[in-house]
Amino acid sequence: MIRYLDADQLDKFPKLRDSMFRDRACQFKDRLGWDVKVDINGFERDEYDALNPMYVIWENADGTHGGSFRLLPTTADCMVNDHFSHILDGAAIRSPFIWECTRFCLSRRAEAYFAGALVLAGVPFVQDFGIRHVVAVFDARMVRIYRMIGASPEIMGSEGEGRDQISVGLWAFTEEAHARVSKACGISTVQIRHWFHQSFKAPKALSQTA
Amino acid sequence: MEVARAKPLIEQLLLRLEQAEGHDELQVLSEEMRDALGIDHLVYHWVSSTGENYGVGTYCGDWIARYLEKGYLRMDPVVLGCFQRFHPVEWKRLDWSSKAARDFKKDAIDYGVGNQGFSVPVRGPNGQFALFTVSHNCKDDLWDAYTQENRDLLILVAHYFNQKALEFEPVRTGDPGQPLSPREAEAMTLLAAGFSRAQAAGRLDISEHTLRVYIESARFKLGALNTTHAVARALSRGLIVV
Repeated sequence: MIRYLDADQLDKFPKLRDSMFRDRACQFKDRLGWDVKVDINGFERDEYDALNPMYVIWENADGTHGGSFRLLPTTADCMVNDHFSHILDGAAIRSPFIWECTRFCLSRRAEAYFAGALVLAGVPFVQDFGIRHVVAVFDARMVRIYRMIGASPEIMGSEGEGRDQISVGLWAFTEEAHARVSKACGISTVQIRHWFHQSFKAPKALSQTA
Repeated sequence: MEVARAKPLIEQLLLRLEQAEGHDELQVLSEEMRDALGIDHLVYHWVSSTGENYGVGTYCGDWIARYLEKGYLRMDPVVLGCFQRFHPVEWKRLDWSSKAARDFKKDAIDYGVGNQGFSVPVRGPNGQFALFTVSHNCKDDLWDAYTQENRDLLILVAHYFNQKALEFEPVRTGDPGQPLSPREAEAMTLLAAGFSRAQAAGRLDISEHTLRVYIESARFKLGALNTTHAVARALSRGLIVV
């Protein structure tokens, strides 16, 4: 299932949290050889994890991490504007309606449909938060994965060559795009909405006071 | 709570907001904006990057005094619920399960805050944080319709209040005046010249979605409610020439 976790909620799911940061170490340091820091616990965390991002996570049946990404608003400090503006236009992308997606990660044990489910997890953002675009930072290998799941982002700019290429891309949330990804991964947008509402519903219904 | 007809007024208020020079003007604008938005209350509260608190808004003085006296800031579910988030928050979805939270809510309603609320957390550079809130007294269905219809508008107004607050920062951060990037200026120029989005995208050899991102980013930097207003502002400031 998909869980949407605001920064203050991540610690309520220690198993999910720890396995996510370990899987990130595995993907970004071990497999891709990125210059990222892995701490004594084997967690890959950077300064952007300290900025209270929202995490969107596929949770396996045993409570561990299957795949995830993190979101930050482009109005505050974020990777695209801090590190990649030179490959875009030399200027920052800033809007409360455009969020940034980074650290898209899949566990080694991830099923093929997890990636599609994660991309589809953005569906409720349009309706509930007014988000129509997500800019993403990703590596060359993800380009192929995104294509396979029917969710190729538009490449806005790239740097590096071959396997080391890092790109900034754009996902637009449109119904056509969602239908395509949903068909490819076999998960309905109704299911996604259900998970979203599970994550964001109030702990206890508020009694009507009007 | 009819907002659609107040859009030209809101646009005017945003222009005045952009030119506002001090806290007092911000206070007046918060009251006028509250009226334009057709709700009981509007509050904009910000914490500067040096940790200082500021606020403007329409809550009555008695409630503010009470809030401070009771130390509600430490347990207010709206503040706690928004601090580590960056998406808009409907009050009903916050955690009101503790007795302290329920008592606080009752107290707030008694002081006229309203039984409904919608808060937009805003994050600026260097850890700057703000909270923009509208509250009202009405039934759930009315409120849900209101927030659904005006959510994007409220998010924009929240951020434009914050753009102003960032100007009051002791150490100015970010790009002063927020000039448009070359791509943004090109996109706005083509729209100003009467090109459709599809034509403009074609001219720039980018997709319509990428064009939208440039337009959206430009609109935000220009402090406008929609693309038409953004183009007008870019022209009047000489940022683009047609």
